Amino acid sequence: MIETKNITFSPERLAQVQTLIKRYPEGKQKSAILPILHLAQKDFGWISVEVMDYVAGLLDIQHIEVYEVATFYTMFHVHPVGKNVLEVCRTGPCMLVGSDNIVKYLEQKLNIQDGETTPDGMFTIKTVECLGACGYAPMMQVGEKYHEFLTEEKIDQLLEAFRQNATQL
Amino acid sequence: MSRLKILTEHINKPEITGIEGYIKNGGYRSVEKALKKMQPDEVTEEVKKSGLRGRGGAGFPTGMKWSFIFKGSDKPRYLLCNADESEPGTFKDRLLMEKIPHLLVEGMIVSSFALGVRTAYIYIRGEYMYIMHILQQAIDEAYAKGYLGENVLGSSYSLDLHVHPGGGAYICGEETALIESLEGKRGNPRIKPPFPAVEGLWGCPTIVNNVETICKVPFIINEGGEAYAKIGIGASTGTKLISACGNINKPGVYEIELGVPVEEFIYSDEYCGGIKGGKQLKALVPGGSSVPILPQRLITTTAKGEPRLMSYESLADGGFATGSMLGSGGFIVFDEDQCVVRNTWNFSRFYHHESCGQCSPCREGTGWMEKILHRLEHGHGRMEDIDLLWDVQRKIEGNTICPFGDAAAWPVAAAIRHFRDEFEWHVLQPQEATRRNYGMGRSAEPIEQVTV
Ligand SMILES: Cc1cc2nc3c(=O)[nH]c(=O)nc-3n(C[C@H](O)[C@H](O)[C@H](O)COP(=O)(O)O)c2cc1C
Ligand code: SF4
Ligand code: FES
Repeated sequence: MIETKNITFSPERLAQVQTLIKRYPEGKQKSAILPILHLAQKDFGWISVEVMDYVAGLLDIQHIEVYEVATFYTMFHVHPVGKNVLEVCRTGPCMLVGSDNIVKYLEQKLNIQDGETTPDGMFTIKTVECLGACGYAPMMQVGEKYHEFLTEEKIDQLLEAFRQNATQL
Repeated sequence: MSRLKILTEHINKPEITGIEGYIKNGGYRSVEKALKKMQPDEVTEEVKKSGLRGRGGAGFPTGMKWSFIFKGSDKPRYLLCNADESEPGTFKDRLLMEKIPHLLVEGMIVSSFALGVRTAYIYIRGEYMYIMHILQQAIDEAYAKGYLGENVLGSSYSLDLHVHPGGGAYICGEETALIESLEGKRGNPRIKPPFPAVEGLWGCPTIVNNVETICKVPFIINEGGEAYAKIGIGASTGTKLISACGNINKPGVYEIELGVPVEEFIYSDEYCGGIKGGKQLKALVPGGSSVPILPQRLITTTAKGEPRLMSYESLADGGFATGSMLGSGGFIVFDEDQCVVRNTWNFSRFYHHESCGQCSPCREGTGWMEKILHRLEHGHGRMEDIDLLWDVQRKIEGNTICPFGDAAAWPVAAAIRHFRDEFEWHVLQPQEATRRNYGMGRSAEPIEQVTV
């Protein structure tokens, strides 16, 4: 888990934030809130109250305006999460081809339940609603990447790859 | 049936994602033509002639929608492309944006020109972040080539185009929720009127169109509205992307000429390739999770005994009593081993989870439907639950701010309408119902609830 102390964007990020704000008319900088929250989640791991307050400051809006938004949109983790959030689709079309079994397999394999994080902070399981990959199901999203046509073997390989990657870092 | 591909003809060419390859294959011709040879209203006129209908779900005529944009003020006008694609079963816009991103950029330029728009946004669901990068790249290339920015292709017309990510909320696909979201707020739909065409983004006249709708515009401008209208069947002109999923041999996205028989679409090798494992077809949701489910006997033929076709009219034939809707083209096929109660519960949970919570019939009703269906599916159901469920969905439909309420109610209503015996079996045989599925209505061997 990433600690959220010293919440500040790098100078490159801050430049990016300025570019984002310019996409909207003057005085409508609040529109940049979702794009900026995505960047914040990427950099800080999750959206803590400190992160929300920081974003409010960047956009010169009330703190509550950020709280409302961050808690409405399910992509934002408002609690700490593991390094790899395994977002498994559980909606109808995925269920038709076995997403329940995928969730169960992950839960057994990682010894945690949906919504929980492994003690080493490596993995969080999060069931989510349709990700627009229904024909390539069962599937899960990890970071920006879609992993489709999941099987138990494929999951074994993926988990291993995530672990390897972690030791290299 | 002709095999005309308007959107996907070049989609498998690797060079097509880049602007050079795209232009080599005839890309951006419609921008040249519209900006150099046509007036904005002439562009709208061609779209009207084409009979193009919105591909986001409702099927509203696009040209007519464009003609509603309010021109009586000097406020800026906006075009928003709806790339939220969150309706379960729908994954077609993703294909276009990922494989041929310049088609959307081209369509946005010509459509913006028609509407007198100087700034346009593509609102893409946040989970499609990797596609947003692909679109951004395409937009950057289009700026560099002079198709976007100040004085497009040396004309007096200027346009800025931006992509904007959502944050994972199905409701933001609803056009007024999308506008709220783009303004940086929660995705709470607005009460209409005023309609977005008069008062939309930041109070300015705004048109919202689906990705696939916009991607049809270049063809219509290049070939003419009449040429487009000749494709398809009746008032279902042109082609439609169908995203096919569920228990079929060949899930994927298919561009069909509207009017293909449903039977051909499900069983021919060109499309779905039949039911997986040679099983029987049990049910079909033809247009995304919100549209009514059809039982086997109403899938390939209508109640009148006519062949059911892939068109707005034929899929809706018989009204909700015996028909459904083309919707977004999210085509979900159920084989004999699937449980309708379980699937209806799953969809209700989805709608409960995604309700924005503004109106009580939707916020409370979706919660009740989920609870009752959970009870039925897990062997604690009572016979009167089925009527209660019917009652709850009836009280949601038509009583809410936005059509989400209807979208949550319809699947429940249709499931009870066509599969009441299966619901009753769940009540009468609770033990058995947790062990096996109802199947086609005959006594089946015990099978697992979930097939891999
Ligand atoms: C709950 C709800 C969700 C919707 N989701 C989408 C969506 O994901 N994509 C989309 O294009 N339209 C969606 N729509 C339809 C839009 O409100 C709007 O009608 C559409 O974008 C208009 O574009 P079109 O005329 O080109 O179809 C949704 C509507 C509702 C009520
Ligand atoms: S119908 Fe549901 S989603 Fe639509 S505004 Fe009302 S509560 Fe929100
Ligand atoms: S239902 Fe899982 S991706 Fe659509």
